[in-house]
Amino acid sequence: MQADLSVILPEIILSIYAMIALIGAVYTSKDKAAGLLVWVTAVIFGILGLWIMANGSSDRVTAFGGMFIDDGFARFAKVVILFSAAAVLVMGQEYMARRGILKFEYPILVALAAVGMMMMVSAGDLMAVYMGVELQSLALYVVASMRRDSVKSTEAGLKYFVLGALSSGLLLYGASLIYGFAGTTLFSGIIAAAEGGHAPIGLLFGLVFMISGLAFKVSAVPFHMWTPDVYEGAPTPVTAFFATAPKVAAMALFARVMHDAFGGVTGDWQQVVALLAVLSMFLGAVAAIGQSNIKRLMAYSSISHMGFALMGLASGTALGVQAMLIYMAIYVTMNIGVFAFILTMERDGAPVVDIAALNLYSKVQPGRAFAVLILMFSLAGVPPLLGFFGKLYVLRAAYDGGLAWLAVAGVIASVIGAFYYLRIVYYMYFGSEGAGLETGRSPVLWTLLMASAAIMVIGIINLFGVEAAAQAAAMTLVK
Amino acid sequence: MSVAVLAFYLFAVSLLAGGLFTVISRNPVHSVLWLILTFLSAAGLFVLLGAEFVAMLLIIVYVGAVAVLFLFVVMMLDVDFAELKAEMARYMPLALLIGLILLMQFALAYGSWIEADSAQSARQAVTPEGVENTAAIGLLIYEKYFLLFQLAGLILLVAMIGAIVLTVRHRSDVKRQNVLAQMWRDPAKAMELKDVKPGQGL
Repeated sequence: MQADLSVILPEIILSIYAMIALIGAVYTSKDKAAGLLVWVTAVIFGILGLWIMANGSSDRVTAFGGMFIDDGFARFAKVVILFSAAAVLVMGQEYMARRGILKFEYPILVALAAVGMMMMVSAGDLMAVYMGVELQSLALYVVASMRRDSVKSTEAGLKYFVLGALSSGLLLYGASLIYGFAGTTLFSGIIAAAEGGHAPIGLLFGLVFMISGLAFKVSAVPFHMWTPDVYEGAPTPVTAFFATAPKVAAMALFARVMHDAFGGVTGDWQQVVALLAVLSMFLGAVAAIGQSNIKRLMAYSSISHMGFALMGLASGTALGVQAMLIYMAIYVTMNIGVFAFILTMERDGAPVVDIAALNLYSKVQPGRAFAVLILMFSLAGVPPLLGFFGKLYVLRAAYDGGLAWLAVAGVIASVIGAFYYLRIVYYMYFGSEGAGLETGRSPVLWTLLMASAAIMVIGIINLFGVEAAAQAAAMTLVK
Repeated sequence: MSVAVLAFYLFAVSLLAGGLFTVISRNPVHSVLWLILTFLSAAGLFVLLGAEFVAMLLIIVYVGAVAVLFLFVVMMLDVDFAELKAEMARYMPLALLIGLILLMQFALAYGSWIEADSAQSARQAVTPEGVENTAAIGLLIYEKYFLLFQLAGLILLVAMIGAIVLTVRHRSDVKRQNVLAQMWRDPAKAMELKDVKPGQGL
């Protein structure tokens, strides 16, 4: 037990912190401490992230009889999750405080969601998967409806909750079928039972149900319907959170289940994941064109990006997992920058989400407009920015994995998708005279926007070493 | 047919019937009552499996607490169930179609069901030799599945925080008791002593 507990020490620390913070805030100043708690939680996320990064021994340690796996892959995902969650927490603090929706429970719920995400990426058992997913989702449902006097926010939370419950049902049904076949819920047992390159039909059903449940969590088409409504309805800082850490966790969990439990029957899930990937890429790219609300637009953008990340996974190789990890890391960095900008968009103190408000923004704030231009180009995958390299990695992985048609589809979808990113840039530089836009003076948001844009440019030199780290991480997952 | 087999079929049939009527009853209160029958039948099946503790737990927790809570909710909420049902009827053909397709797929899956060679041995006996089933559950929860048990606790904590965040409204006009403030209150400030002379009044 002692050895097991030391493996999950980061998770234990984070959950104990959440409980102490909860009790402390309840018995003292309640919501007045919320601002402080946000910063403390972010700092703890940062410290844990650095600690996990520094403790990067390359071996694979399991705890609790194989239910918890600590390997390079899990550590890579955890570092990305913790850093992005910290950035997003800090980002939303001022926005929420000014609109009176900053409650002290917000950072605590985010911390507990982070525990769930860390469990997800380290899960070595179907039951552990479910526990992690539920812990994360339940906290997310609550933060989605934080602004409880707004109909849209409540609707977002409720919609997310009902559909999330449905997807949990699919996940559990799949898990029960898999258990029926393998006689165990441990990944190590499942992979031993499902060998030989082809799964019998019962196991295949379990696998498909499982994939459906996971696809809901990463919002891949055709399980994406909740995404635009939830992104639009939730308070913007919460939307920013949804678009970053939970996406990484869900994608890492997807890869974990596929490779750790079903690595022996790659051919069976490859085609399903490839289908999800191609549908997501196209629907995300096409449906975003008609959007005028920037939060909805980012929702469709995230669907499309998840399609690209799934493309890496669909290749079924270590290179594919590496490409997926790199893609997710880059995607999260870009999203932090974009949402840091969206959070500043306001007029007369009220938040603005209409992209027409960006008309001729470059005349008002040339510096920020340029940073947004870089981010939009990067999201679209225009060379030589970092976003292009993310796409390049997944395309190469898909091509090397024998899925040339998928790579071609990816290129076409990315060209279609470029349209709406460039439309934002067009509005900013060549638009018509509009009502104008104020972008507050928050130094935190400015720093994050500029840092994210700078990373998109500077990162092309060596990707800050993420490539090697992702490769090492992928090697621990795919043998 | 032995008694155990007869009991199994009895419980199984009443479980399925209870589940069916829970869904199709017109009156929501009847639905909850059918649900209670479903729980009781499931408890009966658990007894047949030799898991008395789980069976009793099912009755105490689900029938005793959860079902009664449902009953309260159903009676307190003013939801027009007839209207909801009418709304549902509109989508019935589509739902039936999807259900039928799913059923056919499951028939396909279960018709040629095979399990891995290692499955039988990997599956553990419900109660290991010489251990009572209450003790066996304890061993599973606090030893083998310790991590999952703790995580379940965290999930419940999140649910509790969520319920409070989303529903509690702090009202400012509520007067709460503050014992210390009341005790330390200075009598001189709170009341005034008047010396009233007899026959004069104030």
